[in-house]
Amino acid sequence: MRIPITTMLVTTMTALLLVGPARAPAQMDTARVEIQAHGFSTPTLTVKPGTTVTWTNRDDDVHTVTSVANRFRSPGLDTGETFSYTFTQPGTYEYFCTLHPLMTGTVVVTPVRSGS
Amino acid sequence: MSERDGMERRDFLSCMAWTGGGLLWSLAGGVPRARLFGPGAAEAAEDGGFRFAQISDTHIGFKGGANPDALGTFRAALTRIEAMNPKPAFVIHTGDISHAQKAGAFDTVKEALAGVGVERVFYVPGENDVFADGGAEYLSRFAAGGRGWQSFDYRGVHFVGLVNVFGFKAGKLGSLGAEQLGWLERDVAALPGSTPIVVYAHVPLWAVYPQWGWVTDDGAQALGYLRRFGSVTVLNGHIHQIMQKVEGHVTFHTARSTAFPQPAPGAGPGPGPMTVPVGELRGMLGVREVRYAPGRERLAVVDTALA
Repeated sequence: MRIPITTMLVTTMTALLLVGPARAPAQMDTARVEIQAHGFSTPTLTVKPGTTVTWTNRDDDVHTVTSVANRFRSPGLDTGETFSYTFTQPGTYEYFCTLHPLMTGTVVVTPVRSGS
Repeated sequence: MSERDGMERRDFLSCMAWTGGGLLWSLAGGVPRARLFGPGAAEAAEDGGFRFAQISDTHIGFKGGANPDALGTFRAALTRIEAMNPKPAFVIHTGDISHAQKAGAFDTVKEALAGVGVERVFYVPGENDVFADGGAEYLSRFAAGGRGWQSFDYRGVHFVGLVNVFGFKAGKLGSLGAEQLGWLERDVAALPGSTPIVVYAHVPLWAVYPQWGWVTDDGAQALGYLRRFGSVTVLNGHIHQIMQKVEGHVTFHTARSTAFPQPAPGAGPGPGPMTVPVGELRGMLGVREVRYAPGRERLAVVDTALA
């Protein structure tokens, strides 16, 4: 039985779309920042686009994770509570605690270089 | 924390108790008390003066390891106020009524303080009372449509409540802001320099420890409007411990919390609730009585611990 060439092409292209290099940027990356002693454990964190950063409050005090540019804003986090945000776009994201404004941090999202 | 650090902190606090205006520690009925010494200072109420109470940093809703029963210690503080004899004319709450705006905290404090038998309770907010909603709930409950700052006169003394916890900015210290400073300047402009002034606010108006945010960025400008007065008493909370400083006619006092202590400035990696042995906790919490006697420059400040 002969398979029409157009069908073969479509099948091959579909397979490439499913397993090819185009899937790499969608890979889920994660990073963690601890909040302790009225500070952020990694004051400047560098990640790739698509990374989900999770902050965990290890203090006995309530803290927030609040974007200076109003991109994200956690509620008050009690001891052990977490807040997550996924950074999709390259850029520099400064944040602070709205209860203790001397607590500041930065997430730097670096562009993915072509071919990497 | 090492034992050495603990000793240094105790030594530091001991030194602080003796700086400035001279606090005299004594035992009254088993209760450690501190009072301003000087001829007749403690007899203010019998001289035609009056007394009021300060309570601070009640942090209702706090359930951390430093004090799992902040509601219980708050109620213990109320019994101290109720036991004051003669009764204080009113109570001033210098903020952090709630712990991070926990639901129901404002009602709990307002209802409980309304029951201690004083004429009135005055409030200013702490950052815990306004951080989540920009102060909307606090202002609707406590400010009667105003912005939270206020002044009133009581038997010849001018009281000013200031708000230094709105609009915190990243990396910046808390401030009063131009609008409030302008209001303060106008508020005291017509008063004679002989009027005793009492200023109260949550965060210290003087530089206690800027590295931990224990200062008000434009506090000096506010105090500049008050320098011409012969008696200025500044009452703050926020740092959960007693500190005192005298600058000319201005006397600064910070108050204990009723919920949990914080480390002495610079003792440890940062501020925040400090866990102490269970038996020591109530000795580090307390309330304050302030006594005014006409003709005396300084008000007598009496701090009473809960244990």
